Amino acid sequence: MHKNKTNNELNTKLDAVSKSLKRSIKNLDSYTHVRGESLYVDDVNIRQGTFHAVVFDSPKAHGKIKHINYSKAEALEGVERIFTYKDIPGQNEIGGIIADEPLFAEEDVHFWGMPIALIVAKTEFIARKARGLIDIEIEDLPVITTAKEAKAKGSFINAPRSFSLGDSEKAFTNCDYIFEGETFSNGQEHLYIEAQGAYAEPMENGNIKITSSTQGPTAVQKTVARVLGVAMHKIEVDVTRLGGGFGGKEDQATPWAVMAALATYHLNQSVKLILNRHDDLRMTGKRHPYESSYKIGLSKDLKILAYEAEFLQNSGAAADLSPAIAERTLFHATNSYFVPNVTTKVLSCKTNLPPNTAFRGFGGPQGMFVIESAIAKAANEIGVHPRAIQEANLLDENDTFSYGQIAKKVEAKNSWNSAKSIYDLDALEQEVKDFNSNNSSFKKGIALMPICFGISFTNTPMNHARALVHIYLDGSVGISTAAVEMGQGVNTKMMQIAADVFSIPIEKIKIETTNTTRVANTSPSAASSTADLNGKATLMACNALVERLKLVASEDLNTSEKDITFKDEVVYINDKKTDLTWTELISKAMLKRVALTENAHYATPEIHFDKTKEKGHPFAYHVYGTAITTVTVDCTRGTYEFDSVKIVHDYGKSMSEGIDLGQVEGALAQGIGWMTMEEIAYNDEGRLLSNALSTYKIPDIFSVPKDVEVIPVETQGHELAILKSKAVGEPPLMYGIGAYFAIQNAIKAFNPNYDLKFHAPMTPEKVLMSLYESQKK
Amino acid sequence: MITFILNNKTITTPENSGMTLLDFVRYQQRLTGTKIGCREGDCGACTVLVGTLENDRINYQSITSCISPLGNAHGKHIVTVEGTNLKDKLTTAQEAMKANYATQCGFCTPGFVVALTGFALSNSEYNYNNALDAISGNICRCTGYKAIEKAAHQVVEKLEHQKQNSINWLVENDFIPAYFESIPKRLKDIEIADLNQPKGKYVSGGTDLYVQQADHLADNDVHLIAEKDYLKGIKIENGICTIGTNATVSDLWNHTELNTFFPNLKKHLKLVSSEQIRNMASLGGNLVNASPIGDMTIFFLALNSDITIINEKHKERTIALKNFFQDYKTYDLKDGELLKAISFKLPTVHSFFNFEKVCKRTHLDIASVNSALSINVENGTITEANVSIGGVAAIPKYLHDTSAFLVGKTLNSETILEANEILQNEISPISDVRGTSDYKRLLGRQLFFAHFTALFPKQFTLNDFVQHA
Repeated sequence: MHKNKTNNELNTKLDAVSKSLKRSIKNLDSYTHVRGESLYVDDVNIRQGTFHAVVFDSPKAHGKIKHINYSKAEALEGVERIFTYKDIPGQNEIGGIIADEPLFAEEDVHFWGMPIALIVAKTEFIARKARGLIDIEIEDLPVITTAKEAKAKGSFINAPRSFSLGDSEKAFTNCDYIFEGETFSNGQEHLYIEAQGAYAEPMENGNIKITSSTQGPTAVQKTVARVLGVAMHKIEVDVTRLGGGFGGKEDQATPWAVMAALATYHLNQSVKLILNRHDDLRMTGKRHPYESSYKIGLSKDLKILAYEAEFLQNSGAAADLSPAIAERTLFHATNSYFVPNVTTKVLSCKTNLPPNTAFRGFGGPQGMFVIESAIAKAANEIGVHPRAIQEANLLDENDTFSYGQIAKKVEAKNSWNSAKSIYDLDALEQEVKDFNSNNSSFKKGIALMPICFGISFTNTPMNHARALVHIYLDGSVGISTAAVEMGQGVNTKMMQIAADVFSIPIEKIKIETTNTTRVANTSPSAASSTADLNGKATLMACNALVERLKLVASEDLNTSEKDITFKDEVVYINDKKTDLTWTELISKAMLKRVALTENAHYATPEIHFDKTKEKGHPFAYHVYGTAITTVTVDCTRGTYEFDSVKIVHDYGKSMSEGIDLGQVEGALAQGIGWMTMEEIAYNDEGRLLSNALSTYKIPDIFSVPKDVEVIPVETQGHELAILKSKAVGEPPLMYGIGAYFAIQNAIKAFNPNYDLKFHAPMTPEKVLMSLYESQKK
Repeated sequence: MITFILNNKTITTPENSGMTLLDFVRYQQRLTGTKIGCREGDCGACTVLVGTLENDRINYQSITSCISPLGNAHGKHIVTVEGTNLKDKLTTAQEAMKANYATQCGFCTPGFVVALTGFALSNSEYNYNNALDAISGNICRCTGYKAIEKAAHQVVEKLEHQKQNSINWLVENDFIPAYFESIPKRLKDIEIADLNQPKGKYVSGGTDLYVQQADHLADNDVHLIAEKDYLKGIKIENGICTIGTNATVSDLWNHTELNTFFPNLKKHLKLVSSEQIRNMASLGGNLVNASPIGDMTIFFLALNSDITIINEKHKERTIALKNFFQDYKTYDLKDGELLKAISFKLPTVHSFFNFEKVCKRTHLDIASVNSALSINVENGTITEANVSIGGVAAIPKYLHDTSAFLVGKTLNSETILEANEILQNEISPISDVRGTSDYKRLLGRQLFFAHFTALFPKQFTLNDFVQHA
């Protein structure tokens, strides 16, 4: 972060951020990460005799399997066996929300990359070689690749959903301005650097242990049990950590684990299945592309009086998490604006792409892109700056969301106004203006992006977690929760909570692997709420243990338990140090046969949602913030560089500033990637063209904004957030949407004939074509 | 037998030299800190260092081990992240990553650590931009890089006052473990047997071949040529530069004299893949890969280079590079022939050279269109011109007509606009994953204009060529 010479308020705040970063806790895995000693699924020591597997998948997007010949592949030396749907003892079904997805194709294939068989061999190399020897003949059926096409053909995953507030139809009759338009936002590949994978081992009595790179250990356990036709308790799923997830391993880590388990079930040998990158890209779903249409109505003073939108979600060939993602699009369709009359509708369109899935933001970003597009369009037509419309409609305390929840502790205007004043928006805009009038081959653009994101699983029953806390004889502590560590730092937060409650050093605490035997029936680590749910459970467990230990201490020290506190591994009475240490206290508790283990269960209070009425209070709270993005476009080459993104973010009261800042910066880069260079391409036959890292580009170190400044909004935080430290995983991704509009503003500065388009991502190709388009359509 | 030092251990292995170095260190040696991200050199998670003995010193370079044949490790010092670890404490690069929150999921982290350690061990000047170049081939999906930038700053701050790398100083300052000091002697003492190359596919750096056919190469004989002396070296004599086809892009980058002749050489080469790949990729390999979009091919086409071809009987022939390419991926090379050298006339006071490339991502990406121009201008008149362009035809294209048109003309905007008309007739782009044909046509025009605004900024601005501005 660079100091600004004249802006003292900003400098003071940046200094405070940088001081807090020096103090703040480092990711507890840092030590092993930097030494290459952290263990991911492919690093776990495997048993002797372990087989390796490779998936044989469909070379067509839609068709009937006429004929498959495995004989040459089976004859290859080193090939153990090839498994198909015929080898499934239970159900050939892996669908989570809707039972519409087979593990292996039977008669039909529905997407290019759909698993058909599993080749198990002595080495992965042999299995891959065998894959090349399989002959398959498929009779082509019509392929649908776009949501619009699916809608026209009546191909849907489920019934449409619709939210409404007020009466938009009637309200349009009172509007001074009405604009309509269409938008498109493309999918996005997760590109976790660690590809999907699992390792299954046979245990006694037909039990199977699976090490999986999954965000949802229970989903894996449940699905393995279903496919194998065994009880869930026979399946143990263990997760050390993930090399990135971003939603891509919430549901779609499951098939690979199930396949490895199926082979283990039959062979009674360990089986490892790690997808190579090309297989992963081809076989797994991505962020949903959306084709949407909107109608926005405003009054003369720029109040949005009515908003209607229809979202066509390209769900792919099976439901996966699409219905839940579609729902969240509706929840966030009006972003951080209050619109009194809203009608929104989403259709999950069934196509022949791999089933699209969760990706950081979970449908929210797609919804927000549409209203931001509508605002940009309206501003352009009316002839005002888009921020005038944005500012005129920001949420206020007690405003109603379209789903009935009343907005409380709203930080929309607070973050917006802070961003404007701290970063001196007027000066920034003047700089852009001056630059543009002095430069003909480079143009700058600036855009603001406010965000409002609801925290909780919108499916209320999923908002729970458990923590199992052991204090061992020597005073060391082991904690198991449902949280999966995938880089977001949740384990560090769990450790902080325990260290704080027990007042012992972090070296005395170990965060265990996430394991279905220790913590059962869990929700996936998703929806930004992992730290909240598991943190609250950890807090409850630690507090219960502390109460018990206080009783032991009070008996030992002959005082009231109310006067006991723990500080730096010593027992205090009324803030006076005693001779009783933490370790001694634990020994005494053991002698008194006091339980030193606690299992706590937390379920988020207050939340509810009635899907029959599409009204309720689905979110524990919302996260707010505002980003100011400045970009420079090279008008000769159509390329662009982001000068800066300046953010005021609502962390609540951050409990781990370094980790939380990392989430903001990382999500921002991902959001910008989605809006700019990351371009998924399928051809008309449904084959993925962006099928390698050479054709699918994610941001590198040179393409991220040169300057990223993140200042916390001044706030008291929210009680339903863990230690008032708000969820931070997903919300900042949506700051990236500002990148699209900043580039568009720069294009307009170069080419006054440019006709606004809302077709993300804004690749260098689209930029160059827009810079030189001459006809207004 | 392949013999080399892996971290602190001497290894002798009978493995096939065509297997990837990555598979060897990870699955045979169980050094699991070297991660698999993409297996095509596009993510850097498998970055290792290769140390080559040169006059009693070891020259260390970073490479992506996923597209490097094991046989190329023969006689070298290979360093994985484990080989940089100190006992019970972090190295300076590791500490910088930790202190700045530059590791989240941790999967890409060892690659960054190795690349930053490689920077400390390299011959580059210790400054922030060079540190960024060192990690230009490392992709992180979690952090958004701002924390990694801070870590790089911290590493540079520690190094800044050191003029040149000294193993001893780096050991004392916790950049590397002490055993590095013993490596030069140990490498010298290793008996480097001739690998007794079998017949098989010629492989130099392997950076393109291993992306396309790693499985095939691992399973078959390969004929490794990276260490062949007669294919090495950069020679400058009588205004002619002759470059052995085994020279890597980094060899050009590091060549002092070439940087004098081409003041923007580093700027141009920075657009070519990443440091890890530049350290491996041979120029000959780029030519015979014959990609219509090969950066170095476009570069040398505009220099109107000749290439020398050698056969198994060591007979040589020389042809113009622009006549080498015949059709998509076909070229004038017979069985048993190898490209030996590339030669071209060095620029004079009257000549100017520029290279342009646009892709989705500016760095470590394949061009939508790339183009190069060398031009001689004397008293306002163009006396010689060579224009090349990639991504707009089945072959990397030398623009015969456009080049010929320019010669003898006055250097002004009319000439350039007219030349563009000819250029547009010479190219025939198709729509693919790198862009539509309309886009490539427009981009071809823009990059052609860009040559002139870049080379003659006082004479031309974008305004001279296009309307809107």
